[in-house]
Amino acid sequence: MEGSEKMTALEPTTYGAVPEEAAGLDIHDHTDVSDYKTIGSPFVDNPKMSARNVNVYYADKHAIMDVSLDIGENEVIAMIGPSGCGKSTFLRSLNRMNDIIPICRVDGDIKLDGEDIYGTGQDTVLLRARVGMVFQKPNPFPKSIYENVAYGPKIHGLAHNKAEMDEIVEQSLRRASLWDEVKDVLDKPGTGLSGGQQQRLCIARAIAVSPEVILMDEPCSALDPIATARIEELIDELKERFTIAIVTHSMQQAARVSQRTAYFHLGKLIEVGETKQIFTMPSHELTENYITGRFG
Amino acid sequence: MQTSTVFLTLLALCAVSFFVARHRSRLVGMAGGGLTTLNSLPKHYGYMAALWAGLPALALFVAWLVLESTVLQRLVVVTLPAEIQAMPPSEQGLYYNQLVAYALGNVDASQVSEAQVQGARYYSELATASKQLKMLLVSAVAVLGGLLAVLRIRPDFRARNHVETIFTSILFICSFIAVLTTLGIVLSVLFEAIRFFQVIDISDFLFGLQWSPQMAIRADQVGASGSFGFVPLLAGTLLISFVAMVIAVPVGLMSAIYLSEYASRRFRAVTKPVLEILAGVPTVVYGFFAALTVAPFLRNLGESIGLSVASESALAAGLVMGIMIIPFVMSLSDDIISAVPDTMREASLGMGATMSETIRKVLLPAALPGIVGGILLAVSRAIGETMIVVMAAGLSAKLTINPLEAVTTITVQIVTLLVGDQEFDSPKTLAAFALGLVLFFVTLMLNIVALYVVRKYREQYE
Repeated sequence: MEGSEKMTALEPTTYGAVPEEAAGLDIHDHTDVSDYKTIGSPFVDNPKMSARNVNVYYADKHAIMDVSLDIGENEVIAMIGPSGCGKSTFLRSLNRMNDIIPICRVDGDIKLDGEDIYGTGQDTVLLRARVGMVFQKPNPFPKSIYENVAYGPKIHGLAHNKAEMDEIVEQSLRRASLWDEVKDVLDKPGTGLSGGQQQRLCIARAIAVSPEVILMDEPCSALDPIATARIEELIDELKERFTIAIVTHSMQQAARVSQRTAYFHLGKLIEVGETKQIFTMPSHELTENYITGRFG
Repeated sequence: MQTSTVFLTLLALCAVSFFVARHRSRLVGMAGGGLTTLNSLPKHYGYMAALWAGLPALALFVAWLVLESTVLQRLVVVTLPAEIQAMPPSEQGLYYNQLVAYALGNVDASQVSEAQVQGARYYSELATASKQLKMLLVSAVAVLGGLLAVLRIRPDFRARNHVETIFTSILFICSFIAVLTTLGIVLSVLFEAIRFFQVIDISDFLFGLQWSPQMAIRADQVGASGSFGFVPLLAGTLLISFVAMVIAVPVGLMSAIYLSEYASRRFRAVTKPVLEILAGVPTVVYGFFAALTVAPFLRNLGESIGLSVASESALAAGLVMGIMIIPFVMSLSDDIISAVPDTMREASLGMGATMSETIRKVLLPAALPGIVGGILLAVSRAIGETMIVVMAAGLSAKLTINPLEAVTTITVQIVTLLVGDQEFDSPKTLAAFALGLVLFFVTLMLNIVALYVVRKYREQYE
């Protein structure tokens, strides 16, 4: 799993932008964040996942600085911030997706149900089954719709026969509110669906293995407003069963779907709080500047 | 000499047209109120004029070169005495060739007849006239074309689009040349093969189990059975190719997977060029290796475990051919696997799949069409490969599936049939063309099967 040479190709596109974009921000803002303590309420009473003093480095680039944050059981937490602020990097360290980037190093404690996910003897296979992920660009496999959803359950041996698998596939597609649209074309390729349907297929694929946490990395940024609205509705339904962490560039989206919001800036977690409070009465100047659209 | 002079003149005329047209378009543009009033940039008018000057003249030039000798022959032959004109075409051709040789000074007068000397004089006159006329006409067409283009320069003339259209046609013609060449090769092989099939029955060739292409030259000659059964050759070819693919496909594919998915950047940087050196080794060197190292090694190994291995065995040839093909399979598969988008890997790894599960269930299916294409390219190479089998597999056309015995292949037999002094109308020589034709069809079939497989099993990714 580790040491995949291919994955480094991701680095320049996804993360290489960090210094340039961050530098661009200085035009608007001169607040020094080098020795900063998060304000607001990063900790909750019933954490599903808890991160303490997390630092992430790409080679010698310090991408995440000393971030501590809890993700509560069955809540939707939105992570917002300007491009290159490290929110995606933080999200990806929650299910160790950063492991596949050889130059990436993660420090600090991240716990899932009180268990250190970076501890020795931790298995990324089991971790990622419990903490699923939906990506920015819809990325269904070039397989049939059925095979896409059945992929995870097959890998993890969740179904013992065809009937059980059918059941899992149907249920996952229903939960992703895609079943009615695709129930007659389950053997057609998933790549033939529309963008919004593809993203819901990816969500169905992620929930087919019954994860406890779903990480969503800008899941609507490649979709039109109608498809976006459907995904947002879906997120609302899914929070009954799952804990959801969503990275988004759309502040309206964060305001609509989340209970708590975390604002990242230059690799720092600036402010965390109830979504309503963050959007109506932000405590920090940077947060206020960002949500009022002064930069970002 | 004369050809290159005409060609250089043509190039010069093109260049002149270019500069004149560019200059004139500037003048026209300035007169109309600045260069921006022109539809296209001055250089586009220049290109247009150069193309107009060059292309028609070039077409005329090529047509002239192609037709010149035929026309000259017609013109000279009609002046020759009646008995010459009554000759059959082949004798007449010979007579005419002597005449031309005398005209060019390659034979002296003692070897040719009086009529030929007369003809030769006429030929020389005609040839000189042709040269001058060619030069004149080509230049005239070029100047005319260039002039026409220059005169058409108006501010609203769309020279840019015009040049674009001309370039599209040039590209089309180039791709058409490839198609025509293929057709030409097939036809030339086909006609010789048809001559062969007039002597040897086609079903004897396709289904005969005996290959022994010695034809009796005299009636009392012994050991000349003259049987042209092609099945043993096909079997030998397929056997060796099969052995080669058994080696090359797993090794090539797996090293491609390792290089693209697991290897560190430094390992890849060293290994890939080294493996690609294998592709650069001339096949004749592989042939030495097979005949002098691998074959004796296999024979000794066989002896030591009680098997009888021929000193020229299908196994040795196939083994070495397999090694030769590894870099092909590897390099092509590596490119294809690397081209699968990273989002696929992320999706699979994000589901909790391991790297090898991701490779088996996502990357390989997505890369399948390319991999099959690469493998079939390798098979075509294996079937067409000649030097290794000539040196290592032997010449005995045995019908066997035992790779420890000596076999022979289609390509080896083509070589042996055509090497040395041969009569060009004996079935023995013509058989080579029939073999070539069959080889062509086998490869064609492989490609069709490959296309079908690829279309049926491909998993399309964005």
